[in-house]
Amino acid sequence: MKFRGNVWKFGDNIDTDAIIPARCLTTSDPEALACHCMEDIDSEFTNKIGRGDIIVAGENFGCGSSREHAPIAIKAAGIACVVAKSFARIFYRNAFNMGLPIFESADLWDRVSEGQQIEVDGDSGGVVIIGADTPPLVIEPIPPFMQGLLRDGGLMRHIALKRRT
Amino acid sequence: MGMTITEKILRDHTDLKEIHPGMLINAKVDVALGNDITAPIAIEEFRKAGGDRVFDTSRVILVPDHFTPNKDIDSAMQCKVLRDFAREQDLKHCFEVGTVGIEHALLPEQGLVLPGDLVIGADSHTCTYGALGAFATGVGSTDLAAAMLTGEAWFKVPETMKVVLHGSLKRWVSGKDLILYIIGRIGVDGARYKAMEFTGEVVARLGMADRLTMANMVIEAGAKNGIFVPDEITKTYVQGRATRNWQLYDSDPDAVYGSTLEIDVSGIEPQIAFPHLPSNTRGVSEAGDIRIDQVVIGSCTNGRIEDLRIAAGILKGRKAAPYVRLIVIPATPQVYRMALREGLIEIFLDAGAAVSTPTCGPCLGGHMGVLAKGERAVSTTNRNFVGRMGHKESEVYLASPAVAAASAVLARIAGPDALEAS
Ligand code: SF4
Repeated sequence: MKFRGNVWKFGDNIDTDAIIPARCLTTSDPEALACHCMEDIDSEFTNKIGRGDIIVAGENFGCGSSREHAPIAIKAAGIACVVAKSFARIFYRNAFNMGLPIFESADLWDRVSEGQQIEVDGDSGGVVIIGADTPPLVIEPIPPFMQGLLRDGGLMRHIALKRRT
Repeated sequence: MGMTITEKILRDHTDLKEIHPGMLINAKVDVALGNDITAPIAIEEFRKAGGDRVFDTSRVILVPDHFTPNKDIDSAMQCKVLRDFAREQDLKHCFEVGTVGIEHALLPEQGLVLPGDLVIGADSHTCTYGALGAFATGVGSTDLAAAMLTGEAWFKVPETMKVVLHGSLKRWVSGKDLILYIIGRIGVDGARYKAMEFTGEVVARLGMADRLTMANMVIEAGAKNGIFVPDEITKTYVQGRATRNWQLYDSDPDAVYGSTLEIDVSGIEPQIAFPHLPSNTRGVSEAGDIRIDQVVIGSCTNGRIEDLRIAAGILKGRKAAPYVRLIVIPATPQVYRMALREGLIEIFLDAGAAVSTPTCGPCLGGHMGVLAKGERAVSTTNRNFVGRMGHKESEVYLASPAVAAASAVLARIAGPDALEAS
């Protein structure tokens, strides 16, 4: 699992109201949600980003509510994956359940600047900052069970496949 | 090796003999809960996965509480999804306007969640039920869909942080103040992935309402669940409500804890969480002169009858200050009815309050009290993130019902002591 894209940086404790405000939750349509992704932090966010870009965040990304609308909005906005120092736990499980790849890296945030390009290699467990002469940074390996969820495209497809066999 | 209450409950919902923190397990759930925001996605996922019948019609519970009574056409459509599904599946517990209350106040009150249960809810404040000695945690809609289908959910077994509360509480200091203080101490990720087990002589004296308030907000410290070992207070609360069996668990004396936090509560005064994080707490005497436009008393955190009694005790014979909008929302119809019988509703109306039918409403900036740009609210709810109650340039200050009521009268953030002195 490899991703290459431009970095958009966010700080610590980015909460689910920031990712997708509660006032937008009268719908669960991914496209409609994607338009409001991060809008209370940066109203231009969804206009600026390109498909395949990567969010790099600090500690406790996705804290707050259990709304799956958060990873849905990020995924539908075209973000390929999120690399944070750490994730809030409900966001963590929702991301895998939805099939949004997320990675924990202690160092990336401090090393990378917004707009730089990075390549995240989920298989070997490394991140390379393109054009920088720093050696690849380590990312936490994804537990095999979660890898299975991502491979199957999320929890429900995983269960549907299991029920068929 | 000894086990904590959280570990024992999780183990007894699997086929495993032993479990330990860090293990990924599949566990059976006793109750799977969804609301009008999260259940529509779950129902769609349930169908997409070929779901036909839910695993148990009395254990899948749907509570449309967030945007109800429907605030607009979109929210009406979402609630209709729940209603249609409940009818089709013949669900035993789907609530409708008139009987619906805020889910985390309603389920314990109605005896639908019980000690020893394993509960998942597609709502982050599902952790509230830990007050009863249950394992309860918030999940996403997809987890709910999977549980509706299979009766199971996946978990990483959390390590437990033991929080020991000593000393004695000052006047006006409630469960809300304790949990705000603790979150202020450890931060919004201080208990990330962990179970928080509350114990100590202070806890033994806390009533169920205070325990529910504390367990409700452990998610604000990033915890997976909060839990209180059940005691006589728990039993008294549960008896007469439960319609099925329940089981009391405790922690072994040699249980292994990841960490222990000892707190002497004697010096703690009523707490305020300043914008924009629940961990941004101070004592009310250090709040400074902060003028307010709105006060909200309600929510799954502090909308129970005990909360309304405290607020009414302070508001009796007083009025909300001019230009301060006071909104009181009993969390369930039963709370509403009790408040009516006890004369509390009349006290609120005399104080100039708007009293609403049970709803989440303003707590998440949904309806019934949304803030304009630049406005400030004191609220008994649980989150004060940017834009939580309305405009992104509005501010929410979290506090107890006592502080909220006193603040409404004085038009600034203040505790009941300041009110009595004024
Ligand atoms: S009252 Fe607020 S925190 Fe509680 S369930 Fe409703 S929206 Fe969530």
